[in-house]
Amino acid sequence: MPNTTQAQGTATPRIGVLAIQGDYDAHAQALREAGAEPVLVRKPEELAGVDGLIIPGGESTTFLKFLERDGFLGSLQEFVRSKPTFGTCAGCILLATEVRHPAQASLGVLDATVERNAYGRQIDSTIQTGETRLPGGPLEMVYIRAPRVARIGDGVRVLAERDGFPVLVEQGHIMAATFHPELSEDRRVHRRFVELVRDWMARASESNRQSDSKTS
Amino acid sequence: MADVHNSNGNYAPSSGAILRLKVGLAEMLKGGVIMDVTSAEQAVIAEKAGAVAVMALERVPAQIRAEGGVARMASIKKIREIMQAVSIPVMAKCRIGHFAEAQVLQEIGVDFIDESEVLTPADEVHHVDKHAFTTPFVCGARDLGEALRRVAEGAAMIRTKGEAGTGDVVHAVKHMRQIVKDMRSLTVLGEEELYAAAKEFRAPYELIRMVAKNGRLPVPNFSAGGIATPADAALVRQLGAEAVFVGSGIFMKDSINFADREEAEIRARAIVRATTHFDDPKILAECSEECTGAMKGLAVAAMDQANMMQTRGW
Repeated sequence: MPNTTQAQGTATPRIGVLAIQGDYDAHAQALREAGAEPVLVRKPEELAGVDGLIIPGGESTTFLKFLERDGFLGSLQEFVRSKPTFGTCAGCILLATEVRHPAQASLGVLDATVERNAYGRQIDSTIQTGETRLPGGPLEMVYIRAPRVARIGDGVRVLAERDGFPVLVEQGHIMAATFHPELSEDRRVHRRFVELVRDWMARASESNRQSDSKTS
Repeated sequence: MADVHNSNGNYAPSSGAILRLKVGLAEMLKGGVIMDVTSAEQAVIAEKAGAVAVMALERVPAQIRAEGGVARMASIKKIREIMQAVSIPVMAKCRIGHFAEAQVLQEIGVDFIDESEVLTPADEVHHVDKHAFTTPFVCGARDLGEALRRVAEGAAMIRTKGEAGTGDVVHAVKHMRQIVKDMRSLTVLGEEELYAAAKEFRAPYELIRMVAKNGRLPVPNFSAGGIATPADAALVRQLGAEAVFVGSGIFMKDSINFADREEAEIRARAIVRATTHFDDPKILAECSEECTGAMKGLAVAAMDQANMMQTRGW
């Protein structure tokens, strides 16, 4: 195997943005600003070349229609089990272990119960500023027909809340937000995810090197 | 001008949190298909086919055209039934300038209001002041000036007008090409030339300047008016449309009769898939093959000017 370890320490991560539908352009722009190279993913085979993935906002029912075809759901499930993935709004719904209102299929990698449209319709959409455990002070949060995380498992770390419910969470290599950080100017959330991807890349190359040295 | 752009380059005055939320919902619909429906049953078919939103109507444009008479906002009972039936956003139309219909639609909680030329206009001079609402609006346009006048009034999304209810894509194409061409023409102008351009386009200077700088509209730019097949959807997407409205083309067999349910379901699914994979001819071929037919339609070239809906709006 060629030794790419040295390059990977500083390499720009290639991060996929699921581009079936939704605000994938806004995420692509946010990733560029956070120091990553975005890659639009519309077909299962396009997951092969990326180090991480963002599942954007949009309509989760529409995403599922596409995922039901051509083995996309299986490929995506395999990806999100092992590689860093960040879901916002509809993306958060897809990552959860349980979806309510109404119940629907999901990838089941984030130990959480998520309720769709829990705050009402568009007229109830809102922009708030709230506390976060991310360094740098309060964070603007854009909620659009937002879901609510009604329950989380023990392994889920809460980075921000709204009225006592988690709105930004992490669980290992998974991140999820019920709001839209891609629609704010503050890039802290995307930078956090790019960091997660970089850490994952460093660990992956480390384990590659170890297995290389064992075989040689 | 940094204060009037969000990170997307979209129009968002720093004081306008509400406008950011309106444009934000439009962003969420990008890459998708918004389908006209006239019943809860059709709305469910649309949602199951992967529509990102539905437009709740009393009659689709093809029926309005065939039946004549005054076309008004849909019955509230019908809109509520459709809102109850699906979990995706629900849009509804008000007449041009009819701010009281818009107030009613906002009150019952529709997610987007279409101030639409498909209905009979209620005002021959003024459009609705859309800044006065928290519900976002979409408006039709045939060229850049018209699009920017609507944005100035507070529209959070623009769609080409095309010629609704015909199943003929020719004017959706014409209007999308016109808007794109107008935008391109601004990007090569010098700063001092933008004042005259604003006069020529009859649009606010600030918005003209924004388009000259970014080469795109300050709000999402969708396409509507005559899209009837998967290839039609792919065509307007390749010409620059960020999403697609499909009206009569899915559920109608011709101007009067509904298509078979199964045929409508297949067509809805195929158009949704073609809209996402608009630049992949292999998938487009599959989508086109799945469809067993398209709406009979009405050739726009053979129509009387007086019967056109696109000339409504000022």
